[in-house]
Amino acid sequence: MPATAPASSLRVKLARISGVLIGVSAVLLALLIGAAMILGLGANPLEGYKELLAGAFGGTDELAESAAKAMPLLLVGTGICVAFRARVINIGGEGQIIAGGLLSTITALAVPDLPPVILVPLVLFMGLVGGAIWGGIPGALKAYLGVNEILSTIMLNLVAVQLFNYLLRAPLMDPRQIELGTRIPQTERLSENADLPVLIEGTRFHLGVVVALLAAAAAWFFLWRTTTGYRLRAVGASAPAARYAGMPVKRMTMLALTLSGSLCGLAGAALVFGSETHRLQTEGFATGFTGSAGFNGIVAALFGGLHPLFTIPSSFLFGGLLVGANAMQRAIQIPVALVIGLNGLIVVFVVSSNTLRERFARLYRIGMDSREASPTEPHEPRGDGDPAHSSVPDP
Amino acid sequence: MTDFITVTFTVATFASGVRLATPYLLAALGETLSQRSGVLNLGVDGVMLLGAFFSYWAVLQSDSITIGLLAGIAVGLLMGVVYALVTVVFRAEQGISGIGIFLFGLGISELLFFEWVGTPLPIQSFDKLAIPLLSDIPKVGDMFFNHNLLVYVSMLLVPGLTLLVNRTTFGLNVRAVGETPEAADSLGVSVAWTRASTILIGNALAGLAGAALAIEIGIFQNNITNQIGFIAIALVYFGAWRPTGVLAGSLLYGLVTATVNQWKTAGLVTGAASSFTTMAPAALTIVALIVIARRSAAQPAALTLPFVRGH
Repeated sequence: MPATAPASSLRVKLARISGVLIGVSAVLLALLIGAAMILGLGANPLEGYKELLAGAFGGTDELAESAAKAMPLLLVGTGICVAFRARVINIGGEGQIIAGGLLSTITALAVPDLPPVILVPLVLFMGLVGGAIWGGIPGALKAYLGVNEILSTIMLNLVAVQLFNYLLRAPLMDPRQIELGTRIPQTERLSENADLPVLIEGTRFHLGVVVALLAAAAAWFFLWRTTTGYRLRAVGASAPAARYAGMPVKRMTMLALTLSGSLCGLAGAALVFGSETHRLQTEGFATGFTGSAGFNGIVAALFGGLHPLFTIPSSFLFGGLLVGANAMQRAIQIPVALVIGLNGLIVVFVVSSNTLRERFARLYRIGMDSREASPTEPHEPRGDGDPAHSSVPDP
Repeated sequence: MTDFITVTFTVATFASGVRLATPYLLAALGETLSQRSGVLNLGVDGVMLLGAFFSYWAVLQSDSITIGLLAGIAVGLLMGVVYALVTVVFRAEQGISGIGIFLFGLGISELLFFEWVGTPLPIQSFDKLAIPLLSDIPKVGDMFFNHNLLVYVSMLLVPGLTLLVNRTTFGLNVRAVGETPEAADSLGVSVAWTRASTILIGNALAGLAGAALAIEIGIFQNNITNQIGFIAIALVYFGAWRPTGVLAGSLLYGLVTATVNQWKTAGLVTGAASSFTTMAPAALTIVALIVIARRSAAQPAALTLPFVRGH
């Protein structure tokens, strides 16, 4: 997309600033409500938030931990950005993370003796493939059979969790667990050759974080610098217009969910091989392994204005919040669940502020034409996906 | 003799299936009404979680199931006000705001459970209310007429809702607003109020569904719904936006779940294989969604579309 005309650059800046301000106020408002809740539960919110901040960003170890926690959020969030640009909503992140984690684990179990220089890229690639399959299914169902992707991805999450439980309780279970009879549903310690190298000695900052950053950059390049990316966005902006222009609408819809799924699958592989235990284990639910990244990634992407590059700082913020929540729990005994609830509030605030954002845009006379034409059609963001303009497409 | 056991087994499974269908049915009926007015509420599961926790907590405090059920409805109404603000006033995208409500319910119910209850204590469950005469019918009586009050209420809601949607002015407004809000608006029907009221009713039913679940199980646990709310939304599609269709879907779900439970108890499926039976309802829903996609004409035309006058 060509840059916006110079004449309106001030307006773009103003709109961008108000967009960022609205996002920041959403977080502040949620934190304020959180503080009221903490107070209501008889703890000190100031002390809690101080511990939260220190636990998230207070030192090198904390920053590295937050970056590691942000890694799956960034990958899922980037996937959400890609899907939403094609006007597809991917709620299936959890299932896709599991699919990627499973396929990469199976790969590492099958060929454990490959040298790291081959095995590390291979397991990451297989994670990508696993996620692509789990995202491709609802993609194909939506494109060719008209099945609502919100519902199919949610159902595939449930299917993935049970498949995960089954595989870890039977074929993939650590032989030693069977021998000892303890039968903890987990794999053996996976091949050391597949470990994601730690990049800053003594911290949790591993290769997966860098991979996630590269993936976000690649997604930006794909969406705004390639023909296929342009087509994908065109389909998202207006499917009938894209069809009229001869674009393969169905294929683009399927591609969007497949790509979105593959990024989540990559997160799954990076979670397994970047973990401290280096094994895949289940607690019966998805959250033990995914840390709800499939949902929290949506929060990060929304906060990043559904733009892959802005999702980078946004993921880091939410990764930090989740890490810091543990410190807060230790300090004032308020469980991490509070932060999950607040994340939900942030989502609600951000999507609710879109009308407010439209009003700002109107004030600066930006993006008026397309919005006035139809309130339900997401308009093409001007500039390189300026977050101030990005609107969430309707399903 | 084996015949006798099989029959008893089947009757028991069926009866338990009808009972298990209740939370699905309540939540799905509420969702049906709001979708008929053009509002997709993806937050049902979150509202159910809050309804389940608050009713559990209320029963724990008061020792009264009635108060527990009222607490569930009250929480649902409160979340309904929030969701009506979000979708009707702020016209937020419904596919995503619902996920926010879900996360809110998931986090806050877990938080309050930890803070207010800590160690889980069991609460009293529903009393059975056998309907005179009807419950004496062999087999059928046990299947349908020997349940708790909420089972009957949810069943009666099916014809009730059908009448409300098809035979009342309010129902006509709901359908008009869900199909062509512009036309309804030009005839003086308030799109905002109609949608707000269906959201309130829908969320109240979701809260009640959560209460039904917690009281039926007799205890609260984190993520107690395990996505029942999301399945309930799928059931609305499955039932093609008709209460009777939703009833059929809910009963099917209840029966599949009850059968799976019976198999587990009887030791027919053991260990790792039980994952596949737990997976069955979700897999079934995907198949159902594919079948239903072919007749998507039944979907309210304005579903998920916010209404702005003059567009």
